[in-house]
Amino acid sequence: MNYHDPSKPKQFDDRFESKHAVPEGASKTIPTSQEIRITTPAEISGMGHRMKRKEDPRFLQGRGNYIDDIKLPNMLHMDIVRSPYAHARIRNIDASAALEMAGVVAVVTGKDLEAHNLHWMPTLMSDTQMVLPTEKVIYYAQEICAVIATDRYIAADAVEKIVVDYEPLDPVIDPFEALEDKVIVREDKELKTNRIWHWEAGDAEGTDQVFANAAHVVKQYMHIPRIHVASIETCGMVANYNSATEKMQLYMTTQAPHAIRTVFALVTGLPEQKIQVISPDIGGGFGGKVPVYPGYVVCAVASLLLGKPVKWIEDRSENLQADSFARDYHLEGELAADADGKLLGLRVRGLADHGCTDAQANPSKFPAGMFSICTGSYDLQAAHISMDAVYTNKPPGGIAYRCSFRVTEAVQLIERLTNIMAHELGQDAAEFRMQNFIQPTQFPYKSPTGWEYDSGNYPAALQKAMDAIGYQELRKEQAEKRARGELMGIGISSFTEVVGAGPSQDFDILGIKMFDSAEIRIHPTGKAIARFGTKSQGQGHETTYAQIIAEELGLPAADIEVEEGDTDTAPYGLGTYASRSTPTAGAAAAMAARKIRAKARKIAAYLLEVSEDDLEWDVNKWQVKGSPEQAKTIQEIAFAAYTNHPPELEAGLEATDYYNPPNLTFPFGSYICVVDIDKGTGQVSIRRFVAIDDCGNIINPLVVEGQVHGGLTMGLAPAMYEEMRYDEYGQCLTGTLSDYLLPTAVESPKWETGHTITPSPHHPIGAKGVGESPTVGAPPAIANAVVDALWHLGVRHIEIPITPERVWKALREAGVND
Amino acid sequence: MSMHEITVTVNQAPFTREVEARTLLVHFLREELGLTGTHIGCDTTNCGACTVILNGRTVKSCTVFAVQANGGEVETIEGVAQNGQLHPLQEGFWEKHGLQCGFCTPGMIMSAKYLLARNPDPTEEEIRWAISGNLCRCTGYNKIVEAVQYAAEKLNAPEEMPA
Repeated sequence: MNYHDPSKPKQFDDRFESKHAVPEGASKTIPTSQEIRITTPAEISGMGHRMKRKEDPRFLQGRGNYIDDIKLPNMLHMDIVRSPYAHARIRNIDASAALEMAGVVAVVTGKDLEAHNLHWMPTLMSDTQMVLPTEKVIYYAQEICAVIATDRYIAADAVEKIVVDYEPLDPVIDPFEALEDKVIVREDKELKTNRIWHWEAGDAEGTDQVFANAAHVVKQYMHIPRIHVASIETCGMVANYNSATEKMQLYMTTQAPHAIRTVFALVTGLPEQKIQVISPDIGGGFGGKVPVYPGYVVCAVASLLLGKPVKWIEDRSENLQADSFARDYHLEGELAADADGKLLGLRVRGLADHGCTDAQANPSKFPAGMFSICTGSYDLQAAHISMDAVYTNKPPGGIAYRCSFRVTEAVQLIERLTNIMAHELGQDAAEFRMQNFIQPTQFPYKSPTGWEYDSGNYPAALQKAMDAIGYQELRKEQAEKRARGELMGIGISSFTEVVGAGPSQDFDILGIKMFDSAEIRIHPTGKAIARFGTKSQGQGHETTYAQIIAEELGLPAADIEVEEGDTDTAPYGLGTYASRSTPTAGAAAAMAARKIRAKARKIAAYLLEVSEDDLEWDVNKWQVKGSPEQAKTIQEIAFAAYTNHPPELEAGLEATDYYNPPNLTFPFGSYICVVDIDKGTGQVSIRRFVAIDDCGNIINPLVVEGQVHGGLTMGLAPAMYEEMRYDEYGQCLTGTLSDYLLPTAVESPKWETGHTITPSPHHPIGAKGVGESPTVGAPPAIANAVVDALWHLGVRHIEIPITPERVWKALREAGVND
Repeated sequence: MSMHEITVTVNQAPFTREVEARTLLVHFLREELGLTGTHIGCDTTNCGACTVILNGRTVKSCTVFAVQANGGEVETIEGVAQNGQLHPLQEGFWEKHGLQCGFCTPGMIMSAKYLLARNPDPTEEEIRWAISGNLCRCTGYNKIVEAVQYAAEKLNAPEEMPA
């Protein structure tokens, strides 16, 4: 079979003549020195097997079931009127022309919601957010009112017919101006101030002392810009209230269906057993589908009031302009070292711009998330962080962007500061890190801000990255090029992540403890279904959870159906974000499987007429010690569990586990990036990028590679392309995908990935979580490479995103005029 | 809004429907014909999730009116597998882990299919440019490139002779 039509000459997109070099070759996998542990044969495909994903066939054939694919009888459609002002009083909403249109069923305003006390809702950070405004709007593109119509085109037409009379108010957009409280964003609050919280971590006095005695101190301000997850699927809901059964079915794009069910129950007063949240296939989440947005609430209320199914699907512009944002931290960091270049202490002051509400989904004791991981991979004596958060007239801020609770901001800070210190001291960036790393013998390591790092081997990861990329040769090449006036840079990032929230005593969302769950049922024929409190958005849980169970029970992974996302059937859990699924629900899968294995032992002992103590487990069967031909496979035991079980035991073979992790997990890695810079245009080309990750034991190397690749491109994005920008009136300047630049296949480098394996000592399968490590680790590697190329010219720092314009300006300021 | 009767051949089957002049092709496919494999990811023709093949060329079906497809032939992701057999592109995406959430995948496969129809032996750079109108947020693209290379190789391999 050959698709080439010889009658047509080969002409390929020459109109897109490439303006910059496209990376050569596809990705590269660096061999893993420590063998990935595999204990099961391929037909079982337990941990370590490169199993193709079980969920893929439906996606490959257009048979996924995403929110907009759901169509119910008599379904109505909702569209939203949004504010053209960032700050304005609403004088009047005139919906009369819209209501006269054929096909328009209702218009829902803030006043309508106020009648049911539903015009405000809590954020997951215990702040409050308007569902629909009754008095004033406080961000551009804020929801004003909603139209419900028989067709999505009619709903969109009706939105145009609604006349809103606004009295524009001065907005406050800059967070430093917001501190002055001249414009108050939240007049609804008792205290008339834009300040939300002040938070400190570490030891202020001890840190001051360390700095007073330090031989070297470097200081740098940096902005970690506001960015948007922009999953390719936007958010949406189909709400289906049945007035006869009084049951509310909410199909919605949510990463945390159970938590959302509880919040809906608390906010609306509907009994929780009458709310079923169903999270169908999700087209990417990255943190953007954790919060409850006003559209969801209005859609649910509309269905409740009208007694019919109502569908709401966001436009991309609405998604970018109004959904919650990530990052937006202004940081000033100081790093201290002694005369020998040994790092001693870190001092940070920060200002967090949360927009109009603190919309984070952080554990409630952690207003700045896990930012205090900012001492990173280095053994410091003392550290102190002081952070303030403010409101501005911007959309809700503070959610994740493929990052576990502010770790990206922390890693950008420490990795940039470390590089600046190495440069200032005239030391090689790799050597400098090697001499300052927490050493493998120091684990478990207590950090100066109170974390207990579970395990790590930082020098090994950096050394592996250096060997893979040929670090010393690159430094030689760089010196030669510099002598010729060419700009080449090598950047390193040796990051420490903190994921897997988390231990119940410290981690909760709105008071709900952050455990997660697994329920496994083995059917009589030896097949199984497993349900979880998490919810995949592309991470491949249907495959990896099956592999964990296969590892523990010896059932083929292919025989295990994994289900998530339906609160009526799945055990309660906190959902998938912050790289927590493997550390929590993955652990629960192993623990539930072990409970089943323990019961299976009793059944096997009964069937073999031996004592339990005489049995040993071997891959997929209980066998008699010293007489392995006497054995019962898990399938035989499963059948017996329903047909011939010991009289003293209950029938069936199933177990549930709610796993409360004893500690967080601390994945880490070392990344090295090589860039070439065009002096004329400021264009940065990433020539090579080696990423060595350590996420502990690996469940599926194929899936982990995919997670790392995707995370790296989502690290590249804010480093070089993405930033949500606003003008002085608070208008969003990056409200479409034409303006907000997601990397394409042309920008995304050839990723060279590899691993070291340092298992987590406290996790049942030694795994740590990996989805966000690369997003956390990549930006400083890129930024450090760019600055490394320019340092000798006097350039000390460039803000991300590192656009050609910023580099060009830095070059001109440094006197380079080629 | 004026209504128009159109006949469009989709995945080799003709469909006649009455549509508004402004109905987008993607809505026609999804809402009228129930072919929900073609997705919508933006409103500015950037993301490519809605890519289908219309009269032999890829189009972003959010930027084509259904009436413009009148009398035409459309191929969507639902028509790519034949007789229950995955197309080499679908196989390649599966083998190489060229998808994660799966939302961009149908559009990505249609763009890749169009590329291989015109250029059966593309270079890596040609593959990257050919899918540069399709945004993916999950994979970092490397594995999509490998998936297309897998398919090109398989399609170019001599057909097995029947025994």
